[in-house]
Amino acid sequence: MTGLLFDLLAQAAQMALTLALAPALVGFTRKVKARLLRRRGAPILQPWYDLIRLLRKETVLAEDASWLYRAAPYIVFATTWVAASLVPTFATGLMFNWIADLIALAALLGAGRFFLALAGMDVGTSFGGIGASREMMFGSLAEPATIMIVFVVSLIAGSTQLSEVAAYMASDFSLRVSVLFALIGLVIVAIAENGRIPVDNPATHLELTMVHEAMILEYSGRHLAVMELAAALKLLLYVSLIACVFFPFGLAPPDAGLGAMGVGVLAYMGKLAAGGFLLALFEASTAKMRIFRVPDFLGAALMLGLLGTFLVFITRSL
Amino acid sequence: MLLDFALFCVAALFCVGALSLYWRSRADVTRRVYGLSGALCAAIFVAAVAPRGAGALTTTLPLGVPWIGMHFRLDPLSGFFLAVVALGGAAASAYAIGYGAQEKDPMRILPFFPAFVAAMAAVVLADDAYAFLVAWEFMSVASWALTLAHHDHAENRAAAYIYLLMASFGALCLLMAFGVLAGTTGAYDFATIRATPLDPFKAGLVLALVTLGAGSKAGLVPLHIWLPLAHPAAPSHVSALMSGVMTKVAIYGFIRFVFDLLGPPSFLWSVHPLVFGAASALVGVLFASEQSDLKKLLAYSTIENVGVIFIALGLALAFKANGEAVPAALAFTAALFHIFNHSLFKGALFFGAGAVLGATGEKNIERLGGLIRCMPRTAFVFLGACVAIAALPPLNGFVSEWLVFHAILLSPALPQWLLKLTIPAVGVTLALSAALGAAAYVRAFGVVFLGRPRSEAARRARETDPWSLGAMSALLLLCLLAGVLPGLMIDAISPAAAASVGGRMPMQSQIGWLSIAPIAEGRSSYNGFLVFAFILFSSLGAMYAIKRIWPRPLRRAPPWDCGYVDASPLTQYSGSSFAQPIRRTLGHIAFSVKERLDMPAPGETRAAHFTVDVGDRFIAYFYEPLGEAVTAIAKRLNFVSFLPIQEYLALVFAALVLMLIIVAL
Repeated sequence: MTGLLFDLLAQAAQMALTLALAPALVGFTRKVKARLLRRRGAPILQPWYDLIRLLRKETVLAEDASWLYRAAPYIVFATTWVAASLVPTFATGLMFNWIADLIALAALLGAGRFFLALAGMDVGTSFGGIGASREMMFGSLAEPATIMIVFVVSLIAGSTQLSEVAAYMASDFSLRVSVLFALIGLVIVAIAENGRIPVDNPATHLELTMVHEAMILEYSGRHLAVMELAAALKLLLYVSLIACVFFPFGLAPPDAGLGAMGVGVLAYMGKLAAGGFLLALFEASTAKMRIFRVPDFLGAALMLGLLGTFLVFITRSL
Repeated sequence: MLLDFALFCVAALFCVGALSLYWRSRADVTRRVYGLSGALCAAIFVAAVAPRGAGALTTTLPLGVPWIGMHFRLDPLSGFFLAVVALGGAAASAYAIGYGAQEKDPMRILPFFPAFVAAMAAVVLADDAYAFLVAWEFMSVASWALTLAHHDHAENRAAAYIYLLMASFGALCLLMAFGVLAGTTGAYDFATIRATPLDPFKAGLVLALVTLGAGSKAGLVPLHIWLPLAHPAAPSHVSALMSGVMTKVAIYGFIRFVFDLLGPPSFLWSVHPLVFGAASALVGVLFASEQSDLKKLLAYSTIENVGVIFIALGLALAFKANGEAVPAALAFTAALFHIFNHSLFKGALFFGAGAVLGATGEKNIERLGGLIRCMPRTAFVFLGACVAIAALPPLNGFVSEWLVFHAILLSPALPQWLLKLTIPAVGVTLALSAALGAAAYVRAFGVVFLGRPRSEAARRARETDPWSLGAMSALLLLCLLAGVLPGLMIDAISPAAAASVGGRMPMQSQIGWLSIAPIAEGRSSYNGFLVFAFILFSSLGAMYAIKRIWPRPLRRAPPWDCGYVDASPLTQYSGSSFAQPIRRTLGHIAFSVKERLDMPAPGETRAAHFTVDVGDRFIAYFYEPLGEAVTAIAKRLNFVSFLPIQEYLALVFAALVLMLIIVAL
């Protein structure tokens, strides 16, 4: 009984941790990027301040908005949060790890995207439609790329459970071509899925290249806050996913005590910081690409995933 | 006993069709016929799922050819398909009690509808070639008559004509397949066929014929061309049956031949279901993402789902040929699970399309929009079905695709190089079509139900009747149940899988917490119930917490749209503009696109025009040349019609001698 309670607490701690760290990761990335551009930048916790301020504001709803428009932020948030809690952050073998696997994680993110795109189309403005249409085009390339990457890592690890994958990757550290392909592919997918430069620019409005911002253009107040929180969670999810699959160091094993978990949390924060720093560095050194170049960018991820899958199908050692 | 009861209900369904002629002048004939059909379907469903022990029930009816009779059999496989047919028939009947009232000329539908359902049930129960083909042809002809119900439109007549051509072609292929199977023994009952082994050449011939025959009925690419024509032509409850159930009966035919009658498979048998399945999945979904006719969109999406099912069946064959019974059971279960799922959500989607058609008179999505406000319940069901068919958790479509992915993940163990190279390519096609399916259904739901109404008809729409809503909602509820409790479904399928591939997945009901683990715990598991519960808990929790802590008011205002105040709803993204990015990036795989833009010069005041033509390459490069060739040959042979009688007889004699020579060889 106490075991179950402890497991529940550990899982709750992970869910709370992801929720708390997600906006901070966004803030950290912005801060690093600003420093790289010789600006001072807002405080790291600025996204949290923004969220709280948005939550306290009056919510304005477009006249034509339906119930779907009001429900969508919560659905997007819930699917992203559940998906984020599936990823081992500081410990493997938590309760949630077993209710769904990597394929389900990709599909949960797909469900979030589905409702986000629908929300974009609900008010009946042309900007929402443009964002939804482009998001679904990106998604229809990014999702198969993710599935192929999942194929690579789970064929090597012999399981689609993230905890098992992380444990296998930590025990068997040999450089494989297919894993390298998967890593590059997943980074590309992560950049595209989070609407970062060069695919999308989350800092702009009123630009014909925008995608994510176009879909949530009409949101305000608490709805906008929930949407922003979901977007931050998605970024954190991808960084954690890359860290957990490809750099599974410091993760507390199942049935570990509080000490190992403390180490795990510290290692996780370090990995997040490294991820955020690299993302900022990459964003500061590239330019946004044209919208019809993005399929080529994502197509590269898909091809890398497919090549990796072919490699593991043909021989286990590559 | 159960089989006799089921056959009695099937016969009664035929009688209901005949009775409708007797009742034709009564005002309540629609209600009577559909009510009786629904009740009989429910009875058949009970007979199909009732526990009946391990073996198969057989019976012989003194019908048809004297002294031979018609054999019928109820085994786990036909029981599963009988349940699918009965469930679809019951839902369509219930829906039609409401929907059928709008019909201007109900007698064009009523005699054929019960016969159509009965014929489908008879196909899955048939246990000899004669019964099978008679039922199969009854199914084709009844659905052809239903396709022709609104024959005052020229395009419906053309659709029915092409459907009849394809159906005849398919039946001919099946007839020849049975001919090869029966061979020189001349026995047409399945028990004898099963017991007689075939040499590899003959088996390959039967396989090719069955793929053509069943594939043309199921809508496998490139035999798919009749589906997108016939489904929009038929009344909506009939399209739901044709799309959700009849294509599944065709797949049953394929399974019955390939997994049962033909004997132990060779691994080569799995290649063509995999390749054609993958082609169907991708081509179907790409076409679906371009259609502006809602029912045509759903028809193309059926082609996609048939492709997914064939991929799973191909995997099952590959594993079975290599003696890996448990992975074969996994792939086979995935196929049957997807068959069940597709019959549920495609039924709900066609019912929704029918409700929209009834309320607005529009099938063209470019003239709809904003229906979520005037038809909220239909919109909710349609949204749920869209989520299910887009393979998103926690609904059922996800679970079956998840199982297919896991079957693919087991396939590196297969020794053949051909399969090692084919299956990853099939896997990426499957993943691509799943993601494109989500895009197609965002577009379908978003353009039809969201935004602002694009026409007066869409603005004036009213919610549909309670019978239709009830049928749709029941199907959606089943989608949710199959999605959150997939273990029960897998266990229910497992006898059929065991009979067909000789293996079983682990019993899922013994795994704790309603989880499913297709291979072994620790390798992969999914818990639909907990995923659903956590999504529900965290979304409602977030909503409640935020409103509780910061109870701020909500205000309605005109949309901001970056400060651009537009008057017309036509400035919204339309269906074709939504599809443009996919058309540009992936469209060239499947179809030829012609975009024409007529832009007036600066200063001119006429309107600009933009037209998109999406052409089916299969029609342009295969069927049209084929039709031309047939016409040309027919013209050359025209002189035969005017021969004197002696020369006719000589011709017949020569043909007979030729046939005898072929048989003698």
